[in-house]
Amino acid sequence: MALSSPDTDGRASRNASPNLRFFLAAAAAVTLMFLDHRGPYLEDVRSRLGALMYPLQVAIDSPAAGARWVRENLALREQLISENAALRRQALTDSARLQRLAALEAENTRIRALLGSKPPVADRVVVAEILAVDMDPLRHRVVLNKGKRDGLAEGQSLIDADGVVGQITRNQPESAEAILITDSDHAVPVEVVRNGLRTIAVGTGDLAKLSLPFLTRNADIKAGDLLVTSGLGGKFPPGYPVGTVTGVDGSSGDAFLEVTARPAASLDRLHEVLVVFPQAAAPPVPDPAGTTP
Amino acid sequence: MKAPRWPIWLLLFLALVAELLPLPAAMQPVRPAWSTLVVIYWALMWPGRFGVISAFLAGLLVDVAHGSLLGQHALSLSLVAYLVLRLHLQMRVFPLWQLTLSVFALTLLEAFVLLWIDGATGRAEFGPGRWGPVIAAGVFWPVLMAAMDRLRERLERRDSSFV
Repeated sequence: MALSSPDTDGRASRNASPNLRFFLAAAAAVTLMFLDHRGPYLEDVRSRLGALMYPLQVAIDSPAAGARWVRENLALREQLISENAALRRQALTDSARLQRLAALEAENTRIRALLGSKPPVADRVVVAEILAVDMDPLRHRVVLNKGKRDGLAEGQSLIDADGVVGQITRNQPESAEAILITDSDHAVPVEVVRNGLRTIAVGTGDLAKLSLPFLTRNADIKAGDLLVTSGLGGKFPPGYPVGTVTGVDGSSGDAFLEVTARPAASLDRLHEVLVVFPQAAAPPVPDPAGTTP
Repeated sequence: MKAPRWPIWLLLFLALVAELLPLPAAMQPVRPAWSTLVVIYWALMWPGRFGVISAFLAGLLVDVAHGSLLGQHALSLSLVAYLVLRLHLQMRVFPLWQLTLSVFALTLLEAFVLLWIDGATGRAEFGPGRWGPVIAAGVFWPVLMAAMDRLRERLERRDSSFV
């Protein structure tokens, strides 16, 4: 083991002024924060440091992953059979609905062609796993087990079987950080399916609640309305469910209604998510196992 | 024989793991910021080996692990380490309850620094997740200190350079 003498290592630095060191550290920290907040100057550094953290995150996730593995491998035969049967039934109903959807899609494309507008292209998705890592108690951030190497890019939206989950905020070679739609820093442009009313759904910091703060008192919205992404702003692809309106309160004296919604995706029980690839940017190396056309 | 430096970083690393371990949502607000407690401990007990610059580097690791603004925890932990370094001779002779109160005050100050930075960058958020860890830090400090004292004494016994 490399040893240094106590004079240079131990008591000497105790005598050196901590004032100067603190001043230097504070100046460096403030500079770093300024650069990180103001622009993409530190993205490269962050991405490298984040890649260093990835083994740690995987290690932290491993007990949860191990428990999942044990549960899957020790499942009883009857359980597996019944689960299999249930999945088969689900697949059957899904494929029946897909057939109808295919017909509708074809019709939609035809009508759009008649109108002379660009036909929508089906979105491609890649499955990513969420690591069981608590990032920050004040924010709703998650870590995905795929990153740049799998063709992911910042700003891509995440969905699960029920609706929109969030979007990717930071991309590293092996992993990516994503923000959930319920984070209080997040807003998603939505429209009401019933009447096409457009507004913005803002996160509240509560995993089961979204807020729609920009609706005037005469807006036509009521509890039970389904909200889908409107596609405005270009971040989220249009038409994915975001949530259901749970309460409309016009009793306060404000010019705006207090509207709350429940997210469609089960954000508190996420394990796998689908990363949506926008129509233009396809991943350079398609992953044959996790990709659906 | 001289006590090596790696236990300092190993303990910081374990603290980071303890901060990132998934917990039920109800327990998250009462999880202390283990890294802050470990930084306070090392700055208090081994001020010659763990100083402001080490705390700064530890803070950078915390920032990356939590995905917060790069430099945010680096600043707050440098400040905490600086204060501990200035006060460590007084703090060491405190009885446990007074020391615990000082640690509570330091973590509260750190929480304020983090809140100010969050506010300046437009991410201020209040709630149990902000103040819960401060209270938890006071609760868990005596436990952490008892455990780490054993480790430290074992390391110091092998080292002739300690006074």
